[in-house]
Amino acid sequence: MVKKRSIDEINEKIRGGKAVVLTAEQVAAMGKEMTPAEIFSRVDVVTTATFGPMCSSGVFINFGHTTPPIRMERITLNNVPAYGGIAAVDAYLGATETAMPNDQYGGAHVIEELISGKDVLLEASAKGTDCYPRTEVKTLINKDTINEMIMFNPRNAYQNYNVAVNSTHKIKYSYMGTLLPSLGNANFSTSGELSPLLNDPELRTIGIGTRILFGGTTGYVAWHGTQFNTGKPVNEYGIPVGNSATLALIGDAKQMSTRFIKAAYFERYGVSMFVGVAVPVPVLDEDLARRVSVNNRQIETNVIDYGSGNFEVLGRVDYDSLFSGRITVNGKKIRTAPLSSVRTARELADILRLEISEGRFFLTEPIALFKKTSGLNSLEIRL
Amino acid sequence: MASKRFVLTFPPDATGQPITYNLIKKFDIMINIVKADVSPGKIGHLVIEMTAPARVLKEGMEYIKQQDIQCDPIEKKITYREDLCIHCGACTAVCFAGALTMRRDNAELLFEPEKCVVCELCLKACPLKLFSIDIG
Repeated sequence: MVKKRSIDEINEKIRGGKAVVLTAEQVAAMGKEMTPAEIFSRVDVVTTATFGPMCSSGVFINFGHTTPPIRMERITLNNVPAYGGIAAVDAYLGATETAMPNDQYGGAHVIEELISGKDVLLEASAKGTDCYPRTEVKTLINKDTINEMIMFNPRNAYQNYNVAVNSTHKIKYSYMGTLLPSLGNANFSTSGELSPLLNDPELRTIGIGTRILFGGTTGYVAWHGTQFNTGKPVNEYGIPVGNSATLALIGDAKQMSTRFIKAAYFERYGVSMFVGVAVPVPVLDEDLARRVSVNNRQIETNVIDYGSGNFEVLGRVDYDSLFSGRITVNGKKIRTAPLSSVRTARELADILRLEISEGRFFLTEPIALFKKTSGLNSLEIRL
Repeated sequence: MASKRFVLTFPPDATGQPITYNLIKKFDIMINIVKADVSPGKIGHLVIEMTAPARVLKEGMEYIKQQDIQCDPIEKKITYREDLCIHCGACTAVCFAGALTMRRDNAELLFEPEKCVVCELCLKACPLKLFSIDIG
């Protein structure tokens, strides 16, 4: 009996409408009753997804040239600064950049408005050169007037993430949401057994060039993400405990949907952006069958005190408890709250499942796999 | 006789005054504790229903405020744009009253207005700013 299948063989099945495609939640349920060998024999592809706040996101825009032309230096979109040091009419608009003085409106909001087709106010200035004589531009743009709008997110789809609590006596506002004092709540932010990198924890099938669903349209894994760390300890199920691998993603923002790209403002932290990502994991062998059948009880993460300032680890919990609404840390029962939308992640995993089952989405062999790393550098204050 | 619900917010350093005892003994107010989450060293919340003649209720409120405890009548109502909700769950983190919870089966937000004590924490906690106060 053949114990392996290739991506080419899977694509052949997709072409013939014969591939068996299930979501990671469906396979996690199967995994409670079937062996990896049985899952391997029944399932070809597993779809995974996440829809959470991912700060490290943004778009490259090319505005098109005016007559006479300008080499834009200072650029704002709806009063939100964009980086213009990449000449001449290119800019990078980061999701967390904010408009002054309204720090509740930022890059993510502009990106969402552009995706939805709305007009956005572009203001740019420059010193003027012989070849780019214009010094000022003020006009309205939208996604049909600009040339490119390429979303390039340097750090998305974190493989696992900490649970945030607050042991102090003061309410704390963070990118992990509002943290009530005296361990009043515990906030977490992954889609658990549905999460992409938890279904292929050793990144055997996800690498450079992997085709994905990104913001609701086709996108690609461009590189490993920043702060990529494969050196984290793993639990008995091979799952890294706490933040570990990440992905840098790229896709055509003009084709994206505002259902899967949503601007967000976290109180007294700032602007962020919910990004929808769905990744197919091919079941190439029994090892991958075992990986994709991982369930929430087997995925663990650290509970970190975000209040104290030194990010002390207070305990370890599994996602089954986190989704149950209550965890126990140091003997104390704490209410839990998610920040990442499992409902939307389910929707994305199901869209990708249908796209593959119905022969519209084919899997890719990674052009290169990611190198293992042993840890991250800290920024040393040397002055 | 009038019945009214109030949210009492205790500062972390609240004195150990027996508030509900005094409201009953000194003012003859009928007290029904709807929800209590008060412990030393942290901001506490007590939701009570007080029943007494309107004049006595006013005196009771004055007494509570004199103890440096915030006393807000529940007259307002929280509403949210359900159609725009992405069901992330960030609002459930702050809802000590348990009016906002995540459903385990379909992973959707469940809002039970009858449990809401109008603490207004969800207004700030929602990353999409979908909650608002209906003054009525």
